[in-house]
Formats: sequence, structure tokens, C-alpha cells
Amino acid sequence: MSFNRKDLLGLEHLDKTEIQTIIDSARPFKNMFTRSIKKAPALVGKTVVNLFYEPSTRTRTSFEVASKRLSADVVNIATATSSVVKGESLVDTAKTLEAMKADIIIIRHTLAGTPELLAKNLNASIINAGDGFHEHPTQGLLDLYTMYEKKKKIEGLKVLLVGDILHSRVAKSNIWALTKFGAKVRVAGPPTLIPGKISELGVEVFYNLDEAIKDVDVINILRIQMERQQENLFPSIHEYVELYQLTKERLAKAKPDVLIMHPGPMNRGIEITSEVADCSSAVINEQVTNGIAVRMAVLYLLAAARKGENYVHSN
Amino acid sequence: MSIQIKNINIVDPSTNTNKIGDIFIEDGKIVEKLSKPADEIIDGKDKTAFPGLIDVHSHVREPGQEEKETIKTGTRSAAKGGITTVFCMPNTKPVTDNAPSVEYILMKAQKEGKVNVFPIGCITKGSQGKELAEIGILKKAGIVAVSDDGQPVANSQIMRRALEYTKMFNLAVISHCEDKELARNGVMNAGKNSMIFGLRGIPNQSEEIMVSRDIMLCELTGGKLHIAHVSTAGSVELVRQAKKKGLNVTCETCPHYFTLTDDYVQNYDTNFKMNPPLRTQKDVDAIKEGLKDGTIDCIATDHAPHTLEEKNREFDTAPFGIIGFETLLSLTLNELVDKNILTLSEAIAKMTVNPAKIFSLDTRGSLKAGSAADVTIADLNHEYEFKKEDILSKSKNSPFIGRKFKGCAVMTIVGGKIVWTLKDGIIN
Amino acid sequence: MELLNYKQIDNEIEKLANEILKRNSDIESLAIVGIQTKGVNVAKRLSEKIKKIKDLSKEIPFGILDITLYRDDLHEAGADIPTIKDTDIPFDVNNKNIILVDDVLYTGRTIRSALDVLKDFGRPKSIQLAVLVDRGYRELPIQPDYVGLVHHTKNRICVNMGNEISDSDKVYVENENGSL
Repeated sequence: MSFNRKDLLGLEHLDKTEIQTIIDSARPFKNMFTRSIKKAPALVGKTVVNLFYEPSTRTRTSFEVASKRLSADVVNIATATSSVVKGESLVDTAKTLEAMKADIIIIRHTLAGTPELLAKNLNASIINAGDGFHEHPTQGLLDLYTMYEKKKKIEGLKVLLVGDILHSRVAKSNIWALTKFGAKVRVAGPPTLIPGKISELGVEVFYNLDEAIKDVDVINILRIQMERQQENLFPSIHEYVELYQLTKERLAKAKPDVLIMHPGPMNRGIEITSEVADCSSAVINEQVTNGIAVRMAVLYLLAAARKGENYVHSN
Repeated sequence: MSIQIKNINIVDPSTNTNKIGDIFIEDGKIVEKLSKPADEIIDGKDKTAFPGLIDVHSHVREPGQEEKETIKTGTRSAAKGGITTVFCMPNTKPVTDNAPSVEYILMKAQKEGKVNVFPIGCITKGSQGKELAEIGILKKAGIVAVSDDGQPVANSQIMRRALEYTKMFNLAVISHCEDKELARNGVMNAGKNSMIFGLRGIPNQSEEIMVSRDIMLCELTGGKLHIAHVSTAGSVELVRQAKKKGLNVTCETCPHYFTLTDDYVQNYDTNFKMNPPLRTQKDVDAIKEGLKDGTIDCIATDHAPHTLEEKNREFDTAPFGIIGFETLLSLTLNELVDKNILTLSEAIAKMTVNPAKIFSLDTRGSLKAGSAADVTIADLNHEYEFKKEDILSKSKNSPFIGRKFKGCAVMTIVGGKIVWTLKDGIIN
Repeated sequence: MELLNYKQIDNEIEKLANEILKRNSDIESLAIVGIQTKGVNVAKRLSEKIKKIKDLSKEIPFGILDITLYRDDLHEAGADIPTIKDTDIPFDVNNKNIILVDDVLYTGRTIRSALDVLKDFGRPKSIQLAVLVDRGYRELPIQPDYVGLVHHTKNRICVNMGNEISDSDKVYVENENGSL
């Protein structure tokens, strides 16, 4: 077993064997879901805090279910009910939670680097549940897990990410994980939504979706945020749909056994047609199931790695 | 009170001096020789003396943000860095756009300061970029330049008027060059690193567009333009071309722009967050080239103290800026002189005679007889580590903590008075 | 020190199989579950043996079980994080007489955890414990229903065997220093 970290902040700095360990550990957890009692006592007595500074139903629920299936005590804190509104700094809020003996803090924040800030200031284990445009490591892991499950190996797979790469932490975590495992990653979207330096991460850039889609094994569609249109990043939703919507016609150019993934929540009829979202190639609901298994693996590994509690307080 | 500094290596770019000799100080002035035996004799063996260093860009924060820095703590920090004169930017609270504010700073400096404090006045009222401040009255009160530093003057017409109007006072307009729309919400250099960190980037062009505009306005008006904190290769080239044309343009850079790149912004460490942001190696190389060929006239600190609480935050919400007084000389020596970018004399010129000329400080920046007796004595071989606990500034936001240096000030003399020595610290 | 050679192992398994059959006349409700990892091999052999003795044409329901997530020492474990292995119980445990199988019985903690795992799959009619070797030194009130060899020792007992009989199979006690 190769995993001895206090925190999971991103996939950039994990090596391949660490990622492999998480993926391998997730499988037994997934098998657990078919039991009558989908629960194990591994994290009995541990307190897990979901600290969410950005609205999220999916990820928060997924972490909550994952924690509960490991028998941890879970506390959910969302912006509206927390002392954030009272002007308390993030570090102080988190220190308060630590004083209440939180063992693991899962943070979702609109600003990049916030999980790192907590990790520097706290002894508790920090899990990044998405920070700004930086990373969303558990999403990257669950996407990798899903591809691994369906395609048996990642090396050589042609994986296409479509949409707003610039503002996508999901894209970033996918790219880090996939390139470490030898997949050939393509990104497609308008130049305004693709960072100029993205090719330096070893991915191929396409502005034309019809070209990008040729012979791909996996298509991961990203959610398009309506507010990007107001920032003049594209002229209209109408034009975006015209150029980048995943339709059945476009899909025909991919490999016949292509996998269609979406991190959710989907804008049906915008980045993807309902027909495609509900077709047999789509594994969008399985991603949700796998998300719980992967998050259980992450929680288990971090909790197990904590036993010594000899981490250096970097404050 | 008289001082004789004996057998010291004198480096004075204002007179092209570079020789062992004696420096005589009497009644706050440099003199040819003393009228009577010196009250104090300083052995200058193995030491080097320069005209006192002038830092044309700093934020001393008083009045209004005394939790970050005060004139008392800021000038002590400067003295430790071998700096004898600091220009303080007008973005205090309230901003320095009126005579009483200027007078307050001068009065505080008189009472509590250890080095000369020269206020810079606002270009526009409230630094709002809308109406010109009462620059004539500010000048009478004692400002040495005008600037809306921190805020660019976005309106070209107002910048034009400022460059025109200041001509009658021979005041330089110091321009913070930034296209705010292009830089919008940016917190670090736009590039591969900003992409990886998921932080909004500030492209080089956000600086260069404004440098370019201001140079054109300088050409239009014949005013005196000084570009603050140049950080990009493009800006250096624009200034180089402007100077070739004979325009009245000067500029400064800061030690971090010739020392660090955006590769240093690791782990969201906010001590590497400043505006303009750290750029790439290509820019660092161009800055060095600009220093070498004389395109860049001055090295200034942009000393910008912030409290630990403000800096221990999300990268996006932490304020821009780092402290710089105490590392100015060492960084210049180690990064420019030791690496043969500049000779010692050329490097010192950028912190003495050049700023004195640009900002018309007639009696400073030189060790000629008759000059104010501001002298920096350095030991070029003193090796030390820059430690947090040794910092005299009220704030400790430096990316250079833990860095090892060779060469630093060992004694600072301001107006004929020894204000700081390495051995005894601040002298009261 | 060697405790059992391949022949003796096979004899012990045959003995266990006969005892199990003596107490479980309802062969239809019988199921066998091996504990990961070494218990699984013993369980496989046991299952084959029972099939042979009773001349059964179909397989006896068989499962494997990993106790990692149910360990009571997760947070005091050694330097390595225990790897989670598969748990696979592909039959309905309700109303089954389950023979839980491990290679060596020692403190009883593994068995305690295994009982917790089984409980999460449903409510068997009974759970009976079969082990190849009983090492003694129990820390919990757990005793085997069927036991091969009894050899009380504080040293580790190693069981070297696969799914099939081989003459390299053996059970031996490790010395203090871990060598043979």
C-alpha cells in the first residue's frame, strides 16, 4: 500500500502508485454496496466535517454517504448557516472545527488554494472537494475509476474533454490523472475557454468538436456555466450549442464503444442532448455510484494514514 | 558634531569615485575637511561607503494603517537596509491629496523617523482618477512627485493633463501602469502556473498597454514621466525605445522582479503575491538587460507591509505586496553585482544619483562636499541569513525569509547622525 | 519447526470435513466462508473434501470475506496501511449454516471482526468456526467448533498451501527471529 498523506489537495502531486492505491481500494467498497447493510465500522468515532463554501448537492451528498458508510460522524456546514456571514476568516472557522476535534475536513470553496491554506494551518486531514478553478481530485479519481472499470486499462485510451476547460477544476484533475496513466488527452472548446498553456500539460487542443471526437474512447462533457456568456467568453448559448453540443450525429464519429461521462449536474439540451445523455454509452449514473466508493477509499486511506498523528504543524 | 570615516572604499557614482579615502562630516553635511578634530572617528577598513540609498517607492502606511507599518517602524526598517531616504506613496488613509496630510507625514517623520521621509502626493483627488489634486499646494507642502500608485489613471485625458500641469513644478508623474480591465481579478502572472493553480492571471500586456499609452502621452505633453515597478520584457523595450526618441521618461524596477519568477508561487504562498506579479525568466532576463543598458534608471523596493492575518488568507483575498527595505541592498549586490550584470558603481547609481536627479533632490545621492551627510556603509563580504526575527519592519511579509546573503549595510548615517549599526541596531 | 506436512494437512482437512458433516446433516443449508487471505485456501480444500465425501454434484455455496474495515486496531496498526481485499459472498446468508474458516486461530480478534462482517450480510441460521491450527492465547471468548491441530505458541504459525494439494504444502512455526 502506497499512501501516506495527511491531506488530499489535488492530483498534480500524487504519483501513479498513490492513485493506483486509491483506485484499487475503491473496488471492495463498491462491492459493499450490494450488501443488505452497506456499512463498515472502519471510521467509528471519527468526525468528518463537510465545509462547503459553494453550493453543491452532489459532491456533498456523496462525501456524506461515503463517510456514513464508513461509520464516521458527519457534520455538514454550508455557507449560509456558518459564521462566514459574521466575517470570520476561513482559517479561524477551520481552527474552531479542529478544536471540536474534527479528524477530517472536506472543503469546497470558490477560491483556488483554500484546501492548501487549511492544510498549512491545521492538524486535521483536509480533502479538497473542489477549489475554484484549481482541482477537484475526487472527481478526477472517480472518472479514472469509471474508465478503468469499463476499459480495463487507461494507457493508450483517447479521452476527450469538451467545454469550459479554463474554469474547470474537473478538467484539471482529469488531465493530471489521465496523463500519469498514459492516456492521450484531447480538449475541445472555444479558444476563450481553453487556457493558452494547456498543451504544456501534454494534451492536444481542438477548437472543432467534429475533428476532436474522431476515434475517441471516452468523452467527458463539462458543464457550461451560463454566466460565462456575460463575461463575453462566447456570444450566446445558442452559438455554443451549435458548435459544442454533444449530439448523436457527432457521437457517430467516436469509437463504437465510446463512454460518455459528465461530472454533473447536466444542462440537458445545452452541452449534451437528452438522447445522448440517456443512451447506452452514457455512464453518468455509474459515475455517481463510483464517486461514493472512491471517496470511501480516500477517507479510509487518510484515516488509516493518520494513526501516528506525527504530522508537522506548518503554521 | 563631526565624523571622520577613515580609509574607506568610497563608491560615489555621482563623481565617478571608486577609491580608498576619508569622508568628513560636519554639521550634517559632507565637507572637504573638518574645521577641528573629529568628534568621532570610524575605521573604514574593509568597508565600502556609498551616498545614502534613496528608495523612491514605498508604502509606510501612516496615517491610517498603523497596524501594518508606522513612520517609526518603517524608517527603522529602512535604516537597517542602508536606506537614508524613502519616498512614501500617497495611498494612506486618508490619501495624501491635501497639504495637511503631507504636513502630518513630515511632522511625524521629524519626530519619530530615523531616515528622510519624502511624501509623494496624489495625481488626482482621492486617487479616484477623476479630477486633478491640488498639485501646486501639495508641492508647497513638500511632495517630491505625484502618483496614484496602486490605481492606474485609467482616463487618458486626465493622465495627459497631469503630465502637462506638473511641468510648471518640474515634478515627475509616477505611473502605476495597469490596464485594470485586462488584469481583472488577476492575482498572479498569466501563464502555465496560473493555469495549474487555478488562479486568474494578469497578462504582461496589462502593464505594457499602459506603459505604451503613458509614453505616448509623455510625447504629446513633454511632461516628466516615471514608470513605477517595471516587471515585463515588453515594458523594458517600450521604455528603451522612448529613451532613444529622447522622451522625458524614466523608470524603476524592484529587486523581486530581477530575482524571482512565477515558478516561486508554490503552495499558494501569499508572500509571493504582489502587483505587478512575478513574471517569467524571460522577463527577469529582460529586466536585467534593461538595468545593464541603462533603460531602467532606479531600483526601488515597493515596500508594502501587510499583517500576518491579512496574508494568512486565501490567495485571492490576501493583499498584494511584500516588504523590501531590509533586502534591497543585499539582493542588488547578490543578484546584479555578483552576477556581473552591473558594476558596484552602476548598481549604487540606481539607488543614489539617478533618483536624486530624476526627482531633483539636489543635495542628495552624492558624497560631494556640500551634500547632505547621508552615508551608507556596507560590508560587501558579510554573510548572513535573512531571518524573520531580525526584521525591523512591523510586518514580516517577505518571500526572502531564510535566504542567505553576502553583503549588507553595517552603518547608516542620516544628516550626519549615525542612526543604525549592525552591531548596536537602532541608535537613539 | 514443522508441524504438518502435506499429507498431514490433507488428513486434518478430512477430519474437519467429517466432523462438520456429522453435525450438519442438512447439506442444502450448508455454506462455507473463508477469511482473507489464508483462510480462503483452507476453506476451498474443505469444500472440495466435503463434496468428495458426500459425492455431491453441485458446488457448496462459497464466499470469501475480508475483515480489514472491521478491525479494531486500524488506528494502532503498524507502519503499513492494511490493504482492503475483496469480500465476496455470492449467496443469501439468511437461514444458512455457515462454516467460517480460517487457517490459524490465535487472539480471536479476526473471528470477532468476521462475525461482524457476516452480520452485515444478513442473519444466518448458525455460524460455526473451523480452523486448521489453534495457536492458543485467546484474547476474546471465542472457541472453534472444529479444530485440526492444537499447538500453543507465541511464535507465528505459517500455513503454506494453495487451492490444490501439493507436496510442498506445510504448516510450521516461525522462530523468534522469523526464520525457519
